[in-house]
Order: sequence, then structure tokens, then C-alpha cells
Amino acid sequence: MILIGERINGLFKDVGRAIAERNPEPIHALAIAQTRAGAHFLDVNTGPAVDEPEKVMGWLVRTVQEVVDTPVSIDTMNVKALEAGLAVHKGRALINSTTGERAKLDAILPLAKEYGARVIGLAMNEKGVPKDANDRTAIAMEIVAAADEYGISLQDVFIDPLILPVGVAQEHAPEVLETLRQVRLLADPPPRTVVGLSNVSQKTKNRSLVNRTFLAMAMACGLDAAILDVTDQELMDVVATANILLNKEVYCDSYLEVARRAHAG
Amino acid sequence: MEVLKENWTGKVREVTIGATRDRGGTRTGSVTVGGETGLPFLHFEGITPNPPRIALEVWDTAPDEWPEVVREPYADVVSDPAAWAEKCVGEYGADLVMLRLASCDPDRENRGPADAQATVKSVLSAVGVPLIIIGCGDPDKDNEVMPAVGEAAAGENCLIGIARQENYKSLVATCMVNGHNIIAQSPLDINIAKQLNILITEMGLAPERIVIDPMSGALGYGIEYCYSIMERVRLGALQGDKMLAMPVVTFVGQEAWRAKEAKEPDDRAPGWGPQLKRGVAWELMTAVALLQAGADIMVMRHPAAAKVFRQHVDQLLSQGEGVA
Repeated sequence: MILIGERINGLFKDVGRAIAERNPEPIHALAIAQTRAGAHFLDVNTGPAVDEPEKVMGWLVRTVQEVVDTPVSIDTMNVKALEAGLAVHKGRALINSTTGERAKLDAILPLAKEYGARVIGLAMNEKGVPKDANDRTAIAMEIVAAADEYGISLQDVFIDPLILPVGVAQEHAPEVLETLRQVRLLADPPPRTVVGLSNVSQKTKNRSLVNRTFLAMAMACGLDAAILDVTDQELMDVVATANILLNKEVYCDSYLEVARRAHAG
Repeated sequence: MEVLKENWTGKVREVTIGATRDRGGTRTGSVTVGGETGLPFLHFEGITPNPPRIALEVWDTAPDEWPEVVREPYADVVSDPAAWAEKCVGEYGADLVMLRLASCDPDRENRGPADAQATVKSVLSAVGVPLIIIGCGDPDKDNEVMPAVGEAAAGENCLIGIARQENYKSLVATCMVNGHNIIAQSPLDINIAKQLNILITEMGLAPERIVIDPMSGALGYGIEYCYSIMERVRLGALQGDKMLAMPVVTFVGQEAWRAKEAKEPDDRAPGWGPQLKRGVAWELMTAVALLQAGADIMVMRHPAAAKVFRQHVDQLLSQGEGVA
């Protein structure tokens, strides 16, 4: 399971303030804490309505990589900000994200190729988020075909079927799970899959429980990666336990301690 | 035709047994096992940086329960473990000597720690190869004897056993204090194999100092199940499970010569052919099967079986040249 830490996002007040003041300390602390908690990537988002998004993204990526080697998931819809982040990034970044719109694909996939970055492809297009799994998978197929055209390995493409808040659009959750199953059949080897986990629990009363339950269900459908709160210990315990139940790891009485210790180290 | 290959992410750890003078011991050479990056002998998928090794078994008391045909090659040395070890190395080409302190067993001579220390020292000075040393198997007695043994061999970087889930702490402690490696044995149970490795490393012994004994049976005595467990250990290592990524030791001779097909003397099994040939073949076939399952150290008994086994390993390894 590839874990992408969600915390460096201008939507969070502490991060928003750090960005406004260009104060590196809170960013450093979050980068270190999430890396220690087991994050393989750190998602970085400037937050909405920030002035000079290119400069902010460049600063955020540089600031994160001052203290950790963890690659960054550059989370923006602004192509210039994306390029500014890629230009200063050390190692192989993750682009978060493109949609299935042809214009978006043609703007972003060349950058993925140029910078050797992985890329998240959202299963949506100019018409918005599809209602059912088949339409999501059809868009995923278009993303996969476009990535192939640009010579990007499908191992570097992460399809995000787009989970919506369960309190708002409950009917989407089973469709997302079905999309995860279908995407695995698109190619051999297939593209990877990713979800922005916390979205499912937006405005619910039991956020952590909803996140945990959906993550276990999605892992059973073959989910490869998630953007999530890696510092949520109970959530990380679900990852470790699901790996056991999916027979990806050998069970032993201390499996949880070992998983926690690996993340602590 | 295109060969479909697995791309493994993990590998087996390397464990080095024996310390030469420059490393604080007195061995003339050391033996490194493990390091494989694929399934056994699939040269196109991974490498086998260290060849599987043969240890011959030496006892500190006459092994009366061994059938006559396997005692015979050692008939002149059974009363002297140092001379026995020397014969294993000088005459039979053993890579390692596996000393079993059987005489400490309360049901046998019930010898104490001082005797065991003296035996270990005499064997260490008789041969230059690295030593595997195991106790008599009685948990309380092993806890009394093995710390003293570890101390007597301090700095020699031996492989010492046998640690089990119920009884590992004193052995781990002596390995840590005196610089030895440990045999971690599990009863044909992959979950316990992993758990024991975790328990041992939690005490502070490095994972590079652990060799797994997943236990085995002889050909005809559940070897298929043993094979699956051993293979699962290797698959775990290759899939990146660090608590299963240890080399494997297997007590082939002990199991094979327990089998009826190896044990029955000529007069009791006239239709089975001569016992010597039959027993050696049984040990050899058991070893060959467990080699394919992923064993790194074969503890063997009959020199004739060990000799053919070595030729077999050499053949398997040389077939990989130019392919990998």
C-alpha cells in the first residue's frame, strides 16, 4: 500500500498561516511527522485563492525537501504551479492530478514525461464526475491510452475513481469500489489506483471510522495507494491488518507492533 | 519465446558464520550464506551470490542410535569429537562442522557446562572451518550449558542453537554477549517462524545474525509440507518481509536416517536393496528436495551423500552461468 500524507494543505489553518507568513517551521514539522508515520509521498497543496501560486508551490516543495527525502505529490489544478513544483523537486514526484479531459491530458502528461514523474488521473472529464463505475472506467481507459501515447509506464499512472462524501452522495461509494475492480482489468500490468480517502468522510460525525471502513473495503478491491492521514494510528493499523487479511504479509502475533515499529523508524 | 519473470523487491539477508583472526576469531575461513534475490536456481530471475553449504554432524558422545552404515565412516573417531571434526573437514570436505552436545542430555551422560566448554575448545582448535553448535535438546539443560558454550567460543562467530518460541532468551543473550549467530526453530509454522524472529530482534540481536530452521521431515515423511513452509519463507523474503528474510538451515541427516527406508538393515528388508546405498540415497534425495525449497545450510551425516550432494549443487550453480 502506497501511503500519501495529506496534511500539507493550505486548507488546514496551520498550513495556511505558514504559507501566508512563509514560515518553514510548521511545514518542516509536518513533513517529518508524516514521513516517520510511514508516508511514501507527501501531498502538497497551496490551498485555494493564494496569490502567486507558482511561487508558493515552489517554496512548499523546496521547504518539504529541506528536511526529508520523501517525494512530493504536487497537488494543484494550475499547470504553471505544477511546473514550478516539478522544477525544484528532487527525485520522482507525483503529479496530483490530471482529469480525462483531452486538453488537460495534453498539458500535463508531457510534464510527467519530461520530469519522470508519476501522475494521478481523475476519473472525470468536462462533464463532471460520472455517476457509475462503467463511465468512470471508460474515462480511466482514456487516461491510460493517453499515458501510453506519451510513453509513460502504466506503473506510474494512478487512477483515482473519485470518492465523494458519503453524507452527500452515498450512491457513489459502491461505484468507486466497482471501478477499483474494473481498472485492474484495463491492462496487464494494470495502472495503479488511488483514492483521496478523507473525502469520503467529509462532514460525517465519525470521520475516522468512516475512513477506516472504506479503506479496508477499497483495499479488498485492489486499491494500491491512498491520500490519507498517516498520523491516524487506528487507520494505519487497518492498513497493516488488511495486508494480513489479503495475504500480502505473513501473519504473526506481533504483526501490528512490527508495522508500527517500521513506521516509527 | 519470452520468459515471464517475477520482479521481486526483497532478498534474503546474508549471514556470515565464523571469524578469522582479523575479525577477532581463530577460524581459517568464514562462510557466508543467503543473499538470494529469487527462487532457488531460477537463474534468469535472481542471483545466488553464496552457494548452499554442507555441514557434517559431529557428536560429543557415541551416536549409538545412528544405523551402523552411517556410523561406519566415523568408526575410528566416534570417541573423540576433535578427531571426528578433523575427519569431516580433512577427509570429507565439510564447509562447516555441526557439533551436537548430545552427552549433556540428562538421559545420557548428563555432562555439565565445563565438559561442554572443553569439547567446544578442542573442536575449535582441531579444525579451521566455522562451527555450528547445538545443545542436547533438553530446554533446562540447554539453558545451563549453552551460555557457557557461547562464552568458551567467544569471538568465533559460531551459529548456535536451538532457539524456540518457548525458550530463546538465554540463547539470544549469549549470542549477543559473545558474538554468535542463532538458529531460530519453528515447528513447521510460518507464523511462528516470523514471530520468533521478531522476538529475537526485539531483544537486540541483529536480524543478520539469525538463521531459520523451519524444521523438516525426510522424503516420505511429510516432506511436501516442509517444502511448502520453506518455500513460503523464501517467498516472504522476496516479497519484502524483513522478518522472514533469513537464510535457512535444515537438519537433513537427522531426518533422513530416522526414516524406515534408511534405517532397516539388509536382513530385515531383503527386497529393498543394500542398506548403505538405500540410506545414502534417502539422505541425498531429502537434501536435494529441500535444496529446491530454499535451504542454505544442509546438516548432513553420511559423507557419501554429502559428496554427491555437493556435485549436484555445483551442477545447478554452473548451469546459471551466462544465463543470469
